[in-house]
Amino acid sequence: MNDMVRIQLQVNGANVEGTVEPRLTLADFLREHLDLTGTHLGCEHGVCGACTVLLNGDSVRACLMFAVQVDGADVVTVEGLAPEGALTDLQANFRRHHALQCGFCTPGMLTTAHAFLRECPCPSREEVREAISGNLCRCTGYIPIVDAILATAEARNDGGAQGAGEPK
Amino acid sequence: MERQEDFRFLTGRGCYVDDVRRPDMLHAVVIRSPMAHARILGIDASAALELPGVVAVITFADIRKFAKPIPQRTCPLPGMEKFLQVPLASDVVRYVGEPVAVVLADDRYVAEDAAEMVFVDYDSLDAVVDAHAAMAGGAVVHEQQGTNVASAYEVGRGDVARAFRDAHYTRKETFYVHRHSAVPLETRGLVAEWDPVAKHLKVWGAGKVPFANRAILADMLQLSPAAVDLIEVDVGGSFGVRGDFYPEDFLIPFASFHVGRPVKWIEDRRENLMATNHSREMHCELEIAVDAGGVITGMRGKVVADLGAYVRTNPGVMPGKGTQFLQGPYAIDHLGFEVRAVITNKTPAGTYRGPGRYESAFFRERLIDIAARELGIDPAEFRRRNLIRADQMPYDAGALVPGQPATVYDSGDFPAVFDRALAHFGFDDLTALNGRCVDGRWHGIGMACAPESTGGGPGEHARLELRHGGGFDLFVGSSSAGQGHETVMAQVLAESLGIPCEGIRVHHGSTTHLAQGFGAYHSRSAVMGGSAVVAVAQKMREALLARAGQLTGTPATSLKWDAGRVVREADGQTVATLAQLASGLPDCGPADHGLVGVSASFESNRLTYTFGVHLAHVSVDPATAQVRVEKYLCVEDVGRMINPMIVHGQTVGAAVQGLGGTFLDEFKYDESGQLITGTFADYLLPSSTDFENVDALTLELCPSPSNPLGVKGAGEGGIIGTGGALANAVSNALAQFGVSVTRLPMSLDNLARSLRQSRAGGTGVAR
Ligand code: FES
Ligand code: FES
Repeated sequence: MNDMVRIQLQVNGANVEGTVEPRLTLADFLREHLDLTGTHLGCEHGVCGACTVLLNGDSVRACLMFAVQVDGADVVTVEGLAPEGALTDLQANFRRHHALQCGFCTPGMLTTAHAFLRECPCPSREEVREAISGNLCRCTGYIPIVDAILATAEARNDGGAQGAGEPK
Repeated sequence: MERQEDFRFLTGRGCYVDDVRRPDMLHAVVIRSPMAHARILGIDASAALELPGVVAVITFADIRKFAKPIPQRTCPLPGMEKFLQVPLASDVVRYVGEPVAVVLADDRYVAEDAAEMVFVDYDSLDAVVDAHAAMAGGAVVHEQQGTNVASAYEVGRGDVARAFRDAHYTRKETFYVHRHSAVPLETRGLVAEWDPVAKHLKVWGAGKVPFANRAILADMLQLSPAAVDLIEVDVGGSFGVRGDFYPEDFLIPFASFHVGRPVKWIEDRRENLMATNHSREMHCELEIAVDAGGVITGMRGKVVADLGAYVRTNPGVMPGKGTQFLQGPYAIDHLGFEVRAVITNKTPAGTYRGPGRYESAFFRERLIDIAARELGIDPAEFRRRNLIRADQMPYDAGALVPGQPATVYDSGDFPAVFDRALAHFGFDDLTALNGRCVDGRWHGIGMACAPESTGGGPGEHARLELRHGGGFDLFVGSSSAGQGHETVMAQVLAESLGIPCEGIRVHHGSTTHLAQGFGAYHSRSAVMGGSAVVAVAQKMREALLARAGQLTGTPATSLKWDAGRVVREADGQTVATLAQLASGLPDCGPADHGLVGVSASFESNRLTYTFGVHLAHVSVDPATAQVRVEKYLCVEDVGRMINPMIVHGQTVGAAVQGLGGTFLDEFKYDESGQLITGTFADYLLPSSTDFENVDALTLELCPSPSNPLGVKGAGEGGIIGTGGALANAVSNALAQFGVSVTRLPMSLDNLARSLRQSRAGGTGVAR
């Protein structure tokens, strides 16, 4: 268990190196080693989606991956979605639509929705619901989250905020 | 108005308890009983202690000197005090998940390895899992008490026997609400740091009632309360369960005290499901008496609440309030209830959003529908005939909780809210669908009415400081679990002082900021906390008038406060702006220099009462028993809203939580007391595809007379009527199959079984 492995990857646009135990999860690597505590752990068994991050642009559950698996990859966490001090259009819509209360599910919701909108820029309400169905939220009842994601897609399609706040 | 706290949450800069890190910190893992009932013959930690990185394994022997039962905080019922929990099991374990030992190691992974290596020798005992079996004899959970009945009492008013003797119609039914609970997305956690030099303990991760918990913890550790700070960081949801005093709230600070290093413990999801308070499990046999005019004259019944293995800080709320609210919003003159709170070998129970209210609303509203059907009265009309009228307010509903004063509904126009709700829902049109089959699905419309007590006393405190530059720091004694208190309290202050919200910083829930505070429970923050802010703003105005008078040599009596500045009463001329007031006075003492600080409190033991109506339209596929919630509406009169967006969000969120609780969430045990729903794969929570059509309408019809803001609490009303309204809707949809829901949850399995039974000619009672 104690054979340490060196890994190197991009996190939020910066080069990162680490020496980790093979059993260290990606979530713990981000939180404990890199101090990126925006990635949350709600279940550690792949059901709640709170730990979702972007891996080479796709949303993945950081509790189900080991840090050694992301060697050489590009990882974006919630901290990397917008430049310091700013919000993306998606984040601003979460705020406007009151799509968060305690905020614990929010990083996972944002990263999931971010990847989803890139793949499906003109979603139906149904598709948005499906897209976040693997992310649990105990506070909002999901309805405002779906509203916020749809509003973002609509604004982008109207040409308003196209591409605003894409991660670097 | 958008929330102040959102920016940090959206950018991943929130600070939840697992984000707190202290130098030289150890990680704790709690070893929990795998047995529901067993004697501990011995604990061998030697192998674990040899593992590099392991610092200590704490067992009962280590805490013996400090081991005391955790006291009850609220709604103690007679007899319950004999069943309290000691933080670590000494010789007997009584539920799966009971703490047996604590491992401390340099690293969480190592601590978990070590926990696996601690050998606990158990001698298994018979377990009792069902409340009725626990009352009927068999295994006794606390041997020395000789009984599993923790509390038994009778309450009532009027002459209930006569009401039933004289009745035109009576109807009795037996109901059950299953065991489920809050399950916030963030699990519990604590970071404790004992400073042996300063003899001071800091604990991060407090929630709900930090001041009460500080008193309990200090007493257990034999410290003065001043030597202990409980610090509330961001909290990822509570809904009643987070922040009550649990065994770990002693064990983790004790561990730090014991080894002299900071200790962090973060509950994993499995622990959360088996160690955090469960709730709701209640049986009720309920009966009503109705006169020839369709007026309910009497209600009586037997309530049995399953408290699990120990009495924690607040389980009395379930049977206590559950019984108090059985009569609900109806004027019923004669009442009589027998209540029993029972101990079983299951996880201890506590409060979950709308505690006792959700259960009682299900029992009552279901029985009312059953009676209406049998009497041939329209269920809406039947309710209208019985709702307490505005001219009956304030309405004394009787004293139905031992040791507590009478319930007095302070204000409200229940029939007006009811009619508004039905109109908004389109009830008259939809009701034509009742019991009809459309495209292979059977439709049903259901409703439930429920009052809710809010604004729990005894008081709340606030402190306000004017900063250099003219900003304010507001410290409040109420806590937040993510509802948005920073925004709401800032709004109240801004309105009271006539200033913008920007520049107001709100600090909450930490014992460091204020001498006293009561916290967040009983939908009380806006009522009690908000009123304390009004009071502190008033004091601040007086202080600033005095200061402006001093500054300009004008008598304060000739000055007045006007939208963030002091003006001359005579001509409205500005005498001093906030920024001027905030800069130092030329001839004042150093302590007074540049800072004005005031404290105030609001005290009240008068509860305030909201009233809500829930309406549901469902359709059921009789082949699969799958229920679709076509439309759901929750209407509530909260007197006055401070932030409508937050109130709406709370109501919809609560309603969806209630829909999940009614159809999905359930803690299941096998007959040996094993919890068989220990992961999110078995304990099902609603997801985004489950309940799509939920809406809320909040009314400001009847402001509360009990506080300066006129507010009544919000946040729980959205969940209370869900079980009742949905059970009525499903029963209406499936009436022709003979299905009458009397037990929750309405899971696929349970409904399918009752459909099968009714087809086979059985009773069709759901379950
Ligand atoms: S923490 Fe990864 S899915 Fe729940
Ligand atoms: S906002 Fe609290 S869990 Fe989603």
